[in-house]
Parts: sequence; structure tokens; C-alpha cells
Amino acid sequence: MTTTTATSNAKIQVALLGCSHRTAPVELRERVAFTQQQALEASDELRRQGILEEAVVLSTCNRSELYGVATNDEAAVTEAMELFLTDFHRVPRAELNGRLYRSVGPEAVRHLYRVTSGLDSMMLGEAEILGQVKTAYSHALDHGVTGPVLNRVFQGALEVGKRVRAETEVGARPMSVALAGVKLAERVFGNLKGHSALILGAGAVSEQVVEHLRNRSIGTLRVVNRSFDRAAELAQRMNAQAISWDSLESALRGADIVVTSVSGTNAVLSRAMLEAAIDARGGRPIFVVDLGVPRNVASDAAGAYSLYLYNIDDLGEIVEQNKKAREAEIPRAEAIITEHIAKFEAWRAGLEAGSIVEDLRRHFHQQREQLLREHAARGGDISPAERERMTRLTEELIERVLDRPAERMRSGRGMRGRLGAVEALRHLFGLDDPKGGEGE
Amino acid sequence: MQWLSLALYAASLGCYARILYSPHVWLGRLGTLLLVGGLAAHYFALLDRSRATHTVPYDDLYGSMSLFAWLLAVTYLALELFHWQRTVGAVVTGFLLLWMGALEIFASNNAAVSPKISGALFALHVTLNTWAYSAFCLSFVLSLVYLLQDALLRSRRLGTAFWRFPPLDLLDRMARESVGVGLVALCFGVGSGFVWEHRLSGSFAWADPKVIFTLAILVVYFAYLVLSHRSGWRGSRAALFCALNFVIVLFSYTVVNLYLTHFHRFF
Repeated sequence: MTTTTATSNAKIQVALLGCSHRTAPVELRERVAFTQQQALEASDELRRQGILEEAVVLSTCNRSELYGVATNDEAAVTEAMELFLTDFHRVPRAELNGRLYRSVGPEAVRHLYRVTSGLDSMMLGEAEILGQVKTAYSHALDHGVTGPVLNRVFQGALEVGKRVRAETEVGARPMSVALAGVKLAERVFGNLKGHSALILGAGAVSEQVVEHLRNRSIGTLRVVNRSFDRAAELAQRMNAQAISWDSLESALRGADIVVTSVSGTNAVLSRAMLEAAIDARGGRPIFVVDLGVPRNVASDAAGAYSLYLYNIDDLGEIVEQNKKAREAEIPRAEAIITEHIAKFEAWRAGLEAGSIVEDLRRHFHQQREQLLREHAARGGDISPAERERMTRLTEELIERVLDRPAERMRSGRGMRGRLGAVEALRHLFGLDDPKGGEGE
Repeated sequence: MQWLSLALYAASLGCYARILYSPHVWLGRLGTLLLVGGLAAHYFALLDRSRATHTVPYDDLYGSMSLFAWLLAVTYLALELFHWQRTVGAVVTGFLLLWMGALEIFASNNAAVSPKISGALFALHVTLNTWAYSAFCLSFVLSLVYLLQDALLRSRRLGTAFWRFPPLDLLDRMARESVGVGLVALCFGVGSGFVWEHRLSGSFAWADPKVIFTLAILVVYFAYLVLSHRSGWRGSRAALFCALNFVIVLFSYTVVNLYLTHFHRFF
């Protein structure tokens, strides 16, 4: 159903309505969020009500967006989508005033491509969104609410997301303190699988570090705390091994990575302790992430041989460098997006080239019928036989007039050129104007 | 063929350099393919030269340097494929091109038949020793990259290439493996040289400066291998030691060959 309608409709346009972390606070975003089931129900409903022919609802913690293929004119479709969204979530329209963004055509496609590239994310270049878009699309595809146009758009978006991450630095460098620490450790040891880590104390960031280390299949994970009970509790939570504070020096010898986050005014690890540990390890390096404030590692330890020491400020500075590096890559990512939009537009032009001739034929027939009606209204005397003959002749004339444009549309060289011709014809004959077809 | 190999090495360098800033997988593979192509073209250039001189190309500076460059590229390619690590390719092929450029500028490419010395054992001796020098050269390049990476890690000023180059641990292993290859090749090279010389004259030229420097090279690289596992040396100090060792190799390859030895004066 969607295929037939989408390809024979006057103009194939992708429409978007949404709100994100850029336009709405979390309190509002959560009120217009969709569960997976709701997303599919909403897609069904949008199609059933005739607002959209194809629909995909994307809902994450940072955005709720409705994508679809428009069957109506640009303003009407986004208006209908907004009404639908407010009705669906029972949110007064006034509350969403100025919080929603809407676009139709290439800009809607560009938005989705920017989303999958991570350019519209809260953390520039984050990778999670690509998986979220993929999941939303595959559920919609399985549910049968997509069609040729949205399939093309979303498959293109996923490809763009992958290309941007593979060919630019937008998603390459760590953007959180915890991940930066782990990535730097990988710059020293390579693959962290089978390496050992020692966690001193606990804090939100150090737990994030542990999570990243676990994701990398770290070998041994030990937790030490001044209170053994607290260490045991942390170890249970982190799926690690608890050791007593007295064993700290021996534990250091077995640790490739040390993450410290101990509260207190004095340094917990001195240069002598770390040098002794490195010596006992046969000179193998120790990588220390000091998340404590005040610092847990004595400041003179930074100069110890085979010790790589990073405190919270160092990691913050590296994250800042990475942020700038990612931002510098935005033009390259945008170039990839523009390239794919051109591809999509060319494909769309191919679809529209076929439908424009049908639209013109319909337009000429309407003009002919109107002319005959006007002639009759002015008292013109046409016998049924004459009318039949005129109809046949004008039919032949319309076919002759359309013969060459149809041929040129089929054989036109450049897709861009075809799209331009389609747009020009629509404009010249008023095919975009809902009243144009009626000859006013 | 020599110019074709130069062009292919340059194209390979272009691909390797590009992946430092834009991680295209296909571009890395293309870099490897171009390097293989360059090696093939270079091999045929060396083969032509060997046919002309009726031995391995050792008898002049051009042939010797060219063989050195080819063996350097072969050793690097083996390491790249073994570790599946292409990011140091830009540095190695850059060094390779500099070497080849120097060879084209400073050495005369006139292959002449050598009436003096030949034979399979001698060819093996020269090839193995040149291979050892190439492997030491590769370890030198890897050690420089190690030192650079280590300095960047400590300075906290991390550029794009920093995130692309191999981790310190891998660079260290690659350098040690390269030195290992060099030491084995040099041991067999020196051994085959002694056997060849003994067959020829019934004696050994122990006092020849080239022999003394070669034994010194064996000692310093063996020391590097031992120290690189020792506390207080492992890491950047060992890398620096390895890089400095190459100065002795260069000295032996140039000054000793040209001015200090009579017996080993090949060009």
C-alpha cells in the first residue's frame, strides 16, 4: 500500500517533527517519550489517520522524533503531526510551544543523518545513538510501517553514521574522564584483557572506570579500602576481590592499573611505594588514575620511571582536547552527510520523474473538464457527439504534448537535472498548489 | 624498475600517512598492497643488477643500499602482517623513501661485473648481514616512535596520530622482535663469513675493524635485549638505548666500510 501511494503521489517528501535536548528540558522530553510498543502504535495511527504514508518513531532519552512520508502539503503535515503528538501524549499544545522542531524534505533527511552521525547528540559523536536508530528502524520495518522512502532514508542514515565514525575523528576520542583514563591505559598496555587493576576507595567516576575495564575483559580486579567491610561491599558490587588495607603494598605489585578515589587530606600512595612496586614487577609500568580530591598520589611520584600518572585535572584537560578535536571534524562529517543527501535526492528524483507525467496528465484533464464546464455555463451549445469528438481530440493533444517530456524524464542524464526539471514543472503548472490543479 | 618501486613506495607512504588522520580500513589495505607492489618491483630491479654483476648487489654503494632498503621493507611487512598493525607504516616507508632518495642522489648506479669475489656462501654472508642491519634499522624507527609516544603520554598533549600509533607495549615488542631477527641474521651472517674466509685463506681476519664493529653490534643489541626486561631499563630507556645502538650500525656501514677496513671495503 505504502509503495503504491508514495510513488504515485504528487511529491515525495520526508517530514520530521520532534523535540530533543536542544529544545526541551528533560521534564518535557519524558512526557513525549515513546516506549517501543507506543512507537509502533503511534506509527500505525499516523498512517491510519492519513497523516503519513510511512512512519518511524525514534525515541531515546534525549529525543522523541516522528519521521514520515508526507501525503499533504508541508505546513499541513507538520501541523497534523504536532496535533497527533499532543493528542497521543495528552500534552497541552501550549506546553510544547517553541519546543518542537519540524522540517520537510532534504532538511528532514539531513537532520536524521546528523542524528546518526552523533552531530546532534548531547555528547558530540557518541556512538549509542546509531544503535538506537537502528533498533527503532528495524522494529518499524518488522511492523510494516515503513515503505520504500523511509527504508531508503534510514538505511542511508545508518550508512552515514558508520561512515562518519570510520572516516572522521568525530567519534574517535574518549569524551568522559573515566573512558579517557581507560583509553590512555590501552595506549600503554594495548589490549587490557588479562591485565590486573586495583581500585582504592570508591566514587562515581571510579565505578565508571571499573565498568569500562570490565567491558574490556580485565583479568583481575581487586578493591582495597580503609574499612575492609566497605571494601567487601564495593567488591561485591563491582564483582571484584576485596583485600585489606594492610595488603596495599603487595597488591600494588600485581596491579597494572591503579584507580584511586580515597577521601582524606594526605596522599595514600607515595613515590617510594610506587617505585618499589614497579621494581618488584621487573620494571613493568603501572598506570595510575588518581581521581581523588585532594590528590591520593604524592605529586613527586609523577617523575617516577615507568609510572604513568593522571589526575582528574589531567584527564579533564585531555577530554577538553578531544572535544575540540571532535568539533574540528564536524565539517568533514557534514561533507559526508551532504554527499548522502545528494544521493537520496537523486533517488527521489528518479521516483518523481515517473510520477510528474501522471500529475501533468491529471492536471491537463482537469483543465479540459473545467474549460468544457465553463463553456457550458456561458451557454455554449455543444452536442454530445461534438463533446465526444472534442474529448477524443484533446485527449490526443494531451498525449502528444506529454510524449516528449515523458521521454526526456525517462532518459534525462543527471538525476539532479531531472529533479530540477520536476521542481520546475511543479512550479510552472502549480502542481504544488492544492488549488492549482483546479485551474484557479 | 627502481623508479617504479620508488613510485609504489611513495604511494604506499601516502596511504599509510592518510590512515593516521582518517582511519579508512581499505586505505590501510591499499597501503600494504602498494608496499607489496613496490617490493616486487624492487626485487626485479635487484635481480637485474645481480644478473649484471653475477652476484648479490654488494659491490657498490648503490646496490648495497638498495638491498638494505628492500630487506627493511620485507622485515617491516612481515611485522605488519604478524601484528596486523599498519600505523607505523608511514614512519617506516617515510624512512625507506629517504633512504632510497639518498641512494639515488649520492650513489652511482653503474652495475659492473665483479671479478673479485663471489659464490653462494659469500652471497649468503652479505645478504644476512645486510638483513641484520635492516632489522636494526627497523628497531631504530620503532624505538623512535616509542619515545615519541611516551613523551606525548607524559606531556598530556595528545594529537590525532597519538591515538592511532600502536600502544607502547606493542611498539616495545615489535622493536625487540626486530632486534631478535637482526641478531639471528647477524650471527649466521658472521658465521657464514668466517666459514667462507676460512675456506678461502685458511685463517680469520679477527683484527679487521669491520669484524670488531660487527661483534660490538652483536654485544650492544644483545645487551639491549637483556636490559629491556630489567627493572630501571624496561620502557623508554631501553628504547633510547636501542635507538642509539643504530648509530654504531650506521658507523659500521659507512665510515668503517669506507675508511677503516681494507678487507671489507666493498664500495
